[in-house]
Amino acid sequence: MATTATLQQTKWWTGGKSPFNMEYGKLMMWYFLMSDAFTFGAFLISYGTIRFSQNFWPDPNVVFNAFPGAGHANLPLAFVSVMTFVLIISSVTMVLAVHAGHSNDKKGVVKWLIWTIIGGAAFLGCQAWEWHHLITGEHVVLAGGKLEVIGQSMRGNPWGGLAPQEEVMAALQNTSHETLLQLSQMGHHGASATADHAALTHDQLLNSIQVADLHVREKGPVAFGGYFFGITGFHGFHVFSGVIINIVMLLMTQKGVFERRGHYLMIEKAGLYWHFVDLVWVFVFLCFYLI
Amino acid sequence: MQHPAFEEVTFQHHTDDATFKKKVRNTTILLSVITIIELIIGLLIYNIHKGESPNELLVLMFKGMVCILTLAKAYYIVSVFMHLGDEIRNMIMTIVVPLLLFIWFIGAFIWDGNSYKNLRNTYDKHYKESTMPTPHKGGH
Repeated sequence: MATTATLQQTKWWTGGKSPFNMEYGKLMMWYFLMSDAFTFGAFLISYGTIRFSQNFWPDPNVVFNAFPGAGHANLPLAFVSVMTFVLIISSVTMVLAVHAGHSNDKKGVVKWLIWTIIGGAAFLGCQAWEWHHLITGEHVVLAGGKLEVIGQSMRGNPWGGLAPQEEVMAALQNTSHETLLQLSQMGHHGASATADHAALTHDQLLNSIQVADLHVREKGPVAFGGYFFGITGFHGFHVFSGVIINIVMLLMTQKGVFERRGHYLMIEKAGLYWHFVDLVWVFVFLCFYLI
Repeated sequence: MQHPAFEEVTFQHHTDDATFKKKVRNTTILLSVITIIELIIGLLIYNIHKGESPNELLVLMFKGMVCILTLAKAYYIVSVFMHLGDEIRNMIMTIVVPLLLFIWFIGAFIWDGNSYKNLRNTYDKHYKESTMPTPHKGGH
């Protein structure tokens, strides 16, 4: 190839040209992304260290098995695969936006940027749903000899091992009346059921609870919540800022800023950032959902 | 070809539209196929874990496979979508060589976590008894 031959003969370091054949802004974007990779890397490695230091760690397929609108159906990996595909597709539309920029095709840039922004917003929506589902979930745990109903938070993890039946039976006696009321109502929705249960005496309430249906677990490692919300939150924040950057790029394109400038290199830099966000998700997906 | 706006940029990559579209399409398909394989392995792991006595070695092997597939995905995103593969070698090296630090970073810290677990299990029997999953407690 002619270009390869010329490239090899080019004296890159004699001045007057970029030794990396790249304009300053794009090069600095690359170095920023490299440093950001170390930040994410450090978070994920810290998570790995803590996980390896524990005798027990929750199985991701047990924790992440919900799908919007599917109720209590057990669907491991389903929702997170939707999120992964949304992000991959939005990365592809960004490639197309950058390519349209190379050929100074304003309409193409606008079209593909809009699709990328939609993809990013969809991903953020999915993440918001997932966080909401985990935080507000009601899971029965056996802790300190009594039963509690908790969600996944920074302070509590309801995904320990299944509690032995006889210990759960014993714990039922020590459990507060409010919690028993809550337990008896799980699975019976509707106001009439609520009123019925409220009228029961303490013993009747105890008898109404089917221990086997509650799937009582012990508490899992508390670090799980901090790492999950911390790392997916930090990634989500990157997605959010990526969406904002893309919106700014879209507005600038529509105003004709890049057209007047004669090139669409800003789209390329925004594109690098957006692909990086996708790249990080690949690893978050691996560390939290797959292994 | 000289860049229109930056005279210090000596040449630009120009691939015709058809080759470019084909490359992007192929990479998209590849990334999707790898992701689907990862999901299948994930479900395999889930089903092994559900069984009576999970084969831990098999699970570890599947997890290793998923890690390798993820690295392949990362390679294609960086090399094709971010066009790092098209840059000149010196530039690629200033990005890739510092990332080699991760080899030590991951190895050393995972090793440390594991060592902490072993020390605690050896010297703190109460910790071991209260946290070690037993068959009837299991993870499920």
